[in-house]
Amino acid sequence: MANNNAPTSGFYANPVVKWIEYRLPVFSTLDHMVGSKYPTPKNLNYWWNFGSLAGLCLVVQILTGIVLVMHYTPHTSLAFDSVEHIMRDVNYGWLLRYMHANGASMFFIVVYIHIFRGLYFGSYKSPRELLWFLGVIILLLMMATGFMGYVLPWGQMSFWGATVITNLFSALPVVGDPIVHWLWGGFAVDNPTLNRFFSLHYLLPFVLVGVIILHVLALHQFGSNNPQGIDVKGPQDTIPFHPYYTIKDAVGVGFFLLFFSFFIFYAPNFLGHPDNYIPANPLVTPAHIVPEWYFLPFYAILRSVPDIWFIEAKLGGVLAMFGAIAILFLLPWLDTSKVRSARFRPIYKQLTWVFLITCIGLGYSGGMPAEGLPLIIGKICTVYYFLHFLVVMPLVGWFEKPTKLPASISEPVLKAQAAE
Amino acid sequence: MRKDFAPMTSLKLLAAAVVVALGLNGPALAAGDADPAPAVNWSFNGPFGTFDRAELQRGYQVYKEVCAACHAMKFVAFRNLADPGGPGFSAAEVKALAATFEVTDGPNDDGEMFKRPGLPQDKFPSPFPNQKAARAANGGAYPLDLSLIAKARPQGPDYLAALLGAGYTQPPAGFALGEGLHYNKYFPGHQIAMPKPLNPDQVTYADGTKATVEQMAHDVSAFLMWAAEPKLEERKRLGLKVMIFLVVLTGLFMAAKKRIWKDVH
Ligand code: HEC
Repeated sequence: MANNNAPTSGFYANPVVKWIEYRLPVFSTLDHMVGSKYPTPKNLNYWWNFGSLAGLCLVVQILTGIVLVMHYTPHTSLAFDSVEHIMRDVNYGWLLRYMHANGASMFFIVVYIHIFRGLYFGSYKSPRELLWFLGVIILLLMMATGFMGYVLPWGQMSFWGATVITNLFSALPVVGDPIVHWLWGGFAVDNPTLNRFFSLHYLLPFVLVGVIILHVLALHQFGSNNPQGIDVKGPQDTIPFHPYYTIKDAVGVGFFLLFFSFFIFYAPNFLGHPDNYIPANPLVTPAHIVPEWYFLPFYAILRSVPDIWFIEAKLGGVLAMFGAIAILFLLPWLDTSKVRSARFRPIYKQLTWVFLITCIGLGYSGGMPAEGLPLIIGKICTVYYFLHFLVVMPLVGWFEKPTKLPASISEPVLKAQAAE
Repeated sequence: MRKDFAPMTSLKLLAAAVVVALGLNGPALAAGDADPAPAVNWSFNGPFGTFDRAELQRGYQVYKEVCAACHAMKFVAFRNLADPGGPGFSAAEVKALAATFEVTDGPNDDGEMFKRPGLPQDKFPSPFPNQKAARAANGGAYPLDLSLIAKARPQGPDYLAALLGAGYTQPPAGFALGEGLHYNKYFPGHQIAMPKPLNPDQVTYADGTKATVEQMAHDVSAFLMWAAEPKLEERKRLGLKVMIFLVVLTGLFMAAKKRIWKDVH
């Protein structure tokens, strides 16, 4: 289809651009995706930076990962040594590996903030439910990818983390053991396990790219939510994405890279576990097996569930852990309030912070041996985690009196001007 | 025009929760039931820290004369001792000191393994032919490879200095010490199979430094830190350049943002 209304002035007047655009409308498409033809609410604050930052994280992971693979050997007897080879003999290998290892943590920090932003400002509510679903799928894919990536250096935590987590599936009745053996490709975590994890660790990021494209497509259907949580009423409420949000995102990128670089250059092993500098040894179990920090809240939920009637603690824990993520899919319907932004929901606003503290409490509990006070904290937080979604959210939506919503995004600004 | 993300009280509560979570996690991630090692003011601490060449050279001497009798470092080659950011031996010195180690090579044309003096490209060898032999010579315990030990223990070099130095003390009254084990207050479980490796004046330092147990423990721990993280200096140097670049870049972005946004209401 020839593009009859292709723009012809300015940038598009350039003959090369014109020639390409006529045959393949890449420039106008990009312009509609993240350019001057994408109207964006003009009141987005810096919490809206974390989407583009997450995209940046994925790009960093893919680029560093592709080069790391050129020097890495996925074999139980060589993997650990090949990582040390990267650290010591490959030019800037240490930089690539520290970027990749810390990059995973950065990706999760950014995505967790992005999700919390969504929770606070009600970005999951109609008509953005599918956008939210795709986001939850992105989180799941990230978790699978991160977990399998941590196994690749074949250190003690790699091996024992993989053993503990894959063993979880054995809790399922009847099919449990066959599933575990199928995952392992044998009767223990061994070379076949390492090889398939490597293969999938390389594959899933590209699946992520695909899902992220859908996520962005869904986003463009109604555009970004905004801190007021009210719909855009007309052109006076929006500004073009470019240059306004490209430059605002660039500011965020600058601060993010400073934060990221601090870890790469000055604390590269802070977020890792020392045991992963010990080669994997199936005969020696580490004193405390802990996953990476970004799994700790879920690990805490896993360990917090006791035997309930006929359901064994292990099965209950696994169900609760996966349930903790699955429940996010129900969020658009569990939240009964019509008001999106917590700014206009006095009770819910406080409760989101309570919820965040709950998650931090879970993270703390997950990092400690499962006994004493940490275990109790883990149990309390697990109960509240589910109560928050299943009971608190529906109820608060019913009886809370929201404060008055502004008539439009630009109204507060216009009022302020009138007062001057 | 923009309102705060949340009321101040919630933020304070949140900050408190983070502090508590981090603070309580710390000790748990450290060495189990063992005493926490005292923090050492290493020359390589901090964003501008570098290794002290003389210290690394002394550390190498301790490693060579004491630890190499039982341990290996399979990821560190003698030639690395001349790399930038390391102990700073010259190529000729490395050649000479490599030759003082005996390494197993082969098989030769007759199909036999043979011993020869070390070459710069060889890795720090184990004195034992295999793990079984190493265990047999050490009462069943394995003198593990030390290439990465400084990164493989919580508190890294602080722990090593404490373990090798002040850690070996008399067991408290009533402590039941296992057969062939030694009391060490910094080792998790307090019973270590390695006999006290360092005793006063065990080595005679070429630079005349007095070889107290603390001094040797300090020097060899620094050396092991270098062995585990040989690119530490290169990393921090590049880090400084990257940080400066990013500060300038971010400043420019902020200025551009301000200009572009100046008439948006
Ligand atoms: C007589 C042989 C011998 C000598 C000499 C020796 N070690 Fe060891 N080392 C061992 C053995 C055996 C173990 C294992 C201890 C255990 O598992 O209980 C060990 C363990 C260690 C550990 C591990 C402690 C831990 O946290 O697991 C370190 C570090 C260490 N040695 C450093 C050194 C250093 C540095 C030197 C030189 C100053 C040295 N060793 C000299 C035999 C020796």
